[in-house]
Amino acid sequence: MTKHQANWSPYDNNGGSCVAIAGADYCVIAADTRMSTGYNILTRDYSKITKLADKCVMASSGFQADVKALQKLLAARHLIYQHQHNKQMGCPAMAQLLSNTLYYKRFFPYYSFNVLGGLDNEGKGCVYTYDAVGSYERVGYSSQGSGSTLIIPFLDNQLKSPSPLLLPVQDAITPLSESEAVDLVKTVFASATERDIYTGDKLEIVVLNAEGIQREFMDLRKD
Amino acid sequence: MMKLDFSGLESASSHFHGVDSELVEGLSRAPSFEIPNTTNFDGFQKEAIQMVKPAKGTTTLAFIFKEGVMVAADSRASMGGYISSQSVKKIIEINPYMLGTMAGGAADCQFWHRNLGIKALKKECEIEYINFLTYPMGEEFIGISHMFRCRLHELANRRRISVTGASKLLANILYSYRGMGLVGTVLPYYVDSEGGRLKGNRFSVGSGSPYAYGVLDSGYHYDMSVEEAAELARRAIYQATFRDGASGGVASVYHVGPNGWKKLSGDDVGELYYKYNPITPRMVEQEMAEAAEP
Repeated sequence: MTKHQANWSPYDNNGGSCVAIAGADYCVIAADTRMSTGYNILTRDYSKITKLADKCVMASSGFQADVKALQKLLAARHLIYQHQHNKQMGCPAMAQLLSNTLYYKRFFPYYSFNVLGGLDNEGKGCVYTYDAVGSYERVGYSSQGSGSTLIIPFLDNQLKSPSPLLLPVQDAITPLSESEAVDLVKTVFASATERDIYTGDKLEIVVLNAEGIQREFMDLRKD
Repeated sequence: MMKLDFSGLESASSHFHGVDSELVEGLSRAPSFEIPNTTNFDGFQKEAIQMVKPAKGTTTLAFIFKEGVMVAADSRASMGGYISSQSVKKIIEINPYMLGTMAGGAADCQFWHRNLGIKALKKECEIEYINFLTYPMGEEFIGISHMFRCRLHELANRRRISVTGASKLLANILYSYRGMGLVGTVLPYYVDSEGGRLKGNRFSVGSGSPYAYGVLDSGYHYDMSVEEAAELARRAIYQATFRDGASGGVASVYHVGPNGWKKLSGDDVGELYYKYNPITPRMVEQEMAEAAEP
């Protein structure tokens, strides 16, 4: 029996990078807006960031069709939660929901590299980082996507926080202020754009704090 | 065709107690895993795994001694050559009496250990059950089906299953996954999917295990105190992280005693290096003096 070779792959990689940084009372989530396939740019104006709940925002890079499907599923589950519990879902709860949702497609994964950012139940910033099949971890900062290997070492250098596994326990929150964190994110993306072909065009920055959600944009190199 | 045991997922659906049953009907169906529509399942999985490269590469160990069981692990997760995290929890606290360690696919371990905790088999299954599994896919299904069979034995025979019995059950379960290189331990037994079932006091699993064994074997006595045992476990993990590129981060050490587990230490292995190899000021001064001489 001859082996049946696949002549079509269900996956594609649309590129892009995302970053999230957690602070004492804020969270910064950012992603570029370029969507590509192979060497072609499909659009320069595609948002990879979506609001899942009042205090919870997700940025995803990878295959945007899978990302879109994932976002729809999470939005539907959140709506059901609101009907059942008469309140918005908190960020840690949404984090676990995302992990389970990803794992239920363990044998046909969502090609989606996610970073979840928001405020936890005490109002402190929290960032959760995922792999494509749902393993997750609460961290002080994270980056996913094509530029992540360029971004993460720089964030490690600037923000390195003590591991949550150390005994005695040390806090993982960044000592930076909100404006410093936003500046850091802009710097990081400007550098990543220089060396990663899939990152560029425009940067979308979302800041979550006690006042709510603010969004700003910054231009990046378009080449 | 490989038979995957999904029995662990069934009762997750009973957790939905919403008043409006129509709303949750779609979700209260037992969650099932979609399988891709391909004739070559294993080939597709291989490609999918290549693409998403779940994190693996690790050193974990456990041993039995007079005062109970010592469990230790590193905390590095690598995706190919890239370190995706230095702070992964590889020792999972299922409940106050049960620890699970993980090697292999991080998502698999996290998901199924979470489910294991929810099933709340708690104090009834105090077998000092510690499960190591080292294949990137599917091994946690085995863990949970094994737990259930142990519990069924208890219910049918009105007493807890013996450790020997539990290890035999696991060996039989693993046999249906033969050829896949799976490994498990129900201390004091080690079982693998090739049919191996060994009795021993100490086991280590992962890419760094050869290095850990060197330290563990040379320093082990049954009548160690808790401090000595903890130091042995810590040193074994440290040495493994020193030589194995896929292991690193924080060395965590846990002790499981008759009243449950307790985390004894969590040390950054970079710091541990200087603890085990202190810089001697005398030598440096001597070198500086020698260098200063014309």
